[in-house]
Amino acid sequence: MPQHSFKLNGETVTVEAPDDLRLLWVLRDIIGITGPKYGCGLDVCKACTSHINCKAFNPCSVPVGEFTPTDEITTIEGLADRSTGALHPMQQAWLDLDVAQCGYCQPGQIMAAIAKVRQAKAAGREIGDDDLDEIRNICRCGTYVRIREAIKTAAAKM
Amino acid sequence: MADDSSPRPGTPGRRRFLGYVLAAPTLLVAAQLGVDAADPKSAEASIPSPPEPADLMDLGDALTLAALPTSNLISIRIDSDGTASFAMPRAEVGQGISTAIAMLIAEELDLPLDRVKVTLADARPELVFNQFTGGSNTIRSMYRPVRTAAAIARARLLSAAADRWQVPVSELTARDGVITSRTGRTATYGSLAEEAASARTTAVSARLKERSAFSLVGTPQNRLDARAIVTGAKKFALDLDVCPGAKPAMVRRPPTINGTVDSVANLAAVRAMPGVTDVAVISTGVAVRGETFGQCVDGVRALEVTWHGGSVDGESDDTVLRKLKAATPPLAVPPLPGASLDAEFVFAFASNSALETNNAIADVKPDRAEIWSSLKSPIDAQQMIAGRLGLPQSAVTVHVTEGGGSFGRKLFFDAALEAAEISQKMGKPVKLMWHRTDDFRHGRAHPMCFSRIRATYALGNVVSYEQRHASVATDFSHGLGEALTATAAKLPVGDLGFSETVFELTQSVPYNFGVTTQVLNEVPLKFHTGSMRDVYSPNVVCARELVVDRLAAKMHKDPVAFRRSFLKEDRYRAVLDKVAELGDWGRKMPAGTAQGVAVHTEFKGCTAVLVEIDCRPETTGRKIPDAVTGPRVTKVVMVVDVGLPVNPRGLEAQMIGCVSDGIGLALTESLHISGGLPLEGSWDDFFYTRQWNTPTDVQIVIMPPTTGEPGGAGELGVAGSFAAVACAYARATGTVPASFPINHGTLSFVPLPREPSIPQSPTDGLDHAF
Repeated sequence: MPQHSFKLNGETVTVEAPDDLRLLWVLRDIIGITGPKYGCGLDVCKACTSHINCKAFNPCSVPVGEFTPTDEITTIEGLADRSTGALHPMQQAWLDLDVAQCGYCQPGQIMAAIAKVRQAKAAGREIGDDDLDEIRNICRCGTYVRIREAIKTAAAKM
Repeated sequence: MADDSSPRPGTPGRRRFLGYVLAAPTLLVAAQLGVDAADPKSAEASIPSPPEPADLMDLGDALTLAALPTSNLISIRIDSDGTASFAMPRAEVGQGISTAIAMLIAEELDLPLDRVKVTLADARPELVFNQFTGGSNTIRSMYRPVRTAAAIARARLLSAAADRWQVPVSELTARDGVITSRTGRTATYGSLAEEAASARTTAVSARLKERSAFSLVGTPQNRLDARAIVTGAKKFALDLDVCPGAKPAMVRRPPTINGTVDSVANLAAVRAMPGVTDVAVISTGVAVRGETFGQCVDGVRALEVTWHGGSVDGESDDTVLRKLKAATPPLAVPPLPGASLDAEFVFAFASNSALETNNAIADVKPDRAEIWSSLKSPIDAQQMIAGRLGLPQSAVTVHVTEGGGSFGRKLFFDAALEAAEISQKMGKPVKLMWHRTDDFRHGRAHPMCFSRIRATYALGNVVSYEQRHASVATDFSHGLGEALTATAAKLPVGDLGFSETVFELTQSVPYNFGVTTQVLNEVPLKFHTGSMRDVYSPNVVCARELVVDRLAAKMHKDPVAFRRSFLKEDRYRAVLDKVAELGDWGRKMPAGTAQGVAVHTEFKGCTAVLVEIDCRPETTGRKIPDAVTGPRVTKVVMVVDVGLPVNPRGLEAQMIGCVSDGIGLALTESLHISGGLPLEGSWDDFFYTRQWNTPTDVQIVIMPPTTGEPGGAGELGVAGSFAAVACAYARATGTVPASFPINHGTLSFVPLPREPSIPQSPTDGLDHAF
């Protein structure tokens, strides 16, 4: 069985898995990291959104063989400050606005939101409604309105 | 359970309620579930319509009535760490009941909210009808019992402190989990928990706080699980590590609904695939168990299966619609030339799939079984699973887990039943997960229905209003059906079947439209159906409110003024007036855009919704990859009166969700049935509201307490939102839609293959990183 090494939430991990096993199942079924959720396995619902080298991506649609030892993968569990435990401003905004309902999609929503704010900032603009319209993450509880408010609130602090 | 010797509702004073102190080493208090019957309401003004059944007694009343004769106790425990614990016999699926119930307990106990722990109770068969989460009934049915238990606990703690210090209780105060004497001595609830315990079970009574004394109930509070959610710590069933050896399992399903396995050509080859541990033919397909879900996907797809036909192979949207039209009950009032209005509406199938797909953990041994799943009718699940496995009900333990959304889906336990069957056949524990594509195609859906309406009017009044609703049969074969059967003789609906009973108990016209009748008929087609957030109301009310707008136009009245003049109750007028004021009703808008308004009353509450929609080509033609855009709702104002809001922030959250649901149902969200299967197989096919269809301006206004009793909230906002969007669309385009959602006539995606039943995951995820 092939071995795969990458950095996961600040720690180097090595796992044995077939090359084509999607990272989501490596995280959930082998390592036991369950923050990224299964919602479709089709790169559509975005419930598993995590970060690779500070960019948002969906582990359900990347074979584990594609990662290298220098790749830094961050899931929702690794988002808070690792030394102080302080929440990321996006997590804090989610709490302040009480965004979540069932909570199933929210780890993915938060990870996507952070990347979207960074993307807007890199393009030299504040995040606006057009950017928010591009977020594809499904929330079947329909919390979209509070998600938009929370992202705008957190963006000012990022 | 209520002691009626004290002052009646509406008069000053405090009512006593009975409960128990249970024999236990720490303080354990209890009360029975069940609430007072509702007061009949009276109609007034215009041509009075006699009260309909739903006015006299609604579904929630029927459910609580069902609970009365058989209910057992719910209990609250005070531990030496000063916390209060309550194992709630309901399912938390995001609707916020855990937080609201904790607030009720904290309020009555005078304990900080963060010291109340609400968990989800395992299936408790002794509760019979009282462990059913549906009909927006949780807060209504729990409001008194949990407060009674908490009030008894508080009184016992005060007595224990009085005994310890040898002072009268009247010299003590309780606040924030601490009891203080007049002389300044203090004792925490935790330190008193054992002294307050009882060696025997005794019945006691307690006075509940007056509403005017509430300091927590009615204030906005955040969800108690919010931090766990944003850190990824909240555990749903498939996140649990509770069952050693429970490995992933998935199912290959048939190409048509309810198809069954004829033969499998390559069982041995699939069993030998990397990571696959077991393969078994089951009643719903072929199950594959493996080390990871990814390897289960590979195994499921590799299976070569020959299928028998299913139960609706010949059915498609058009064949179903023909049957519905033929089954629509006749109208009674003849059409009057120039004084009557006829309308017909079609509502497509809609999936109630949650973001968490159907799933369950099952560990079946020869003599017992253990199940973990998010279940809204766990007792029924326990009975059915026991029957399927050939075990006594007492040998099946059913744990209720946190649920990732429900919307009606988790009333059923399809995955729990299936997981039990797989575990039994394989002789090993399994974690069963449905694939998303299966969740749409083989999961439950709100059935297609057809509504025909005739209204007659004369001399400025509406003289009659008839609505005839035909629907593919809704499956109520969960706890609700049994609860209603048990109560049937006490319901004001006569001798009706389950569905007709639910219809009668939920549907009432809030307007004085003279002779008013609403009738349901069902076509018994074997689709996988179920309730979807507010069962019949979204469709029935959307159709009605569109007709109300047309009636207003016929009678040359403004839609708000027209509704106002016919509404039966001041409460209803109050929410309508408020929404018209806050939403600036009647403001001038550009061509192709418009406002719409709707009123909905149910669950002892009411809503008025005002929306603005943009149907101009530059908006409807906006491009988002793999998405439907279409008209955009730009603004929503909703005013909601639930009688007594327990947690306004949670209520607002529910209404925001209802708005998202209403927009989807009106504009984009449906299943297309073709050759016995829904074509939708992913969230880019089934167009639930997305960010690009979300209004940028949403205002939810919660009315201050009106009735003083909490009404139902979880479903209350869907129908009004749906109807208001439909009315706005009709006003913006000048065309009243006859079919919903409005885009259903166009198939806006390429359907995934039927075979194999699930698609492979993509491999190019890194190309889309941003």
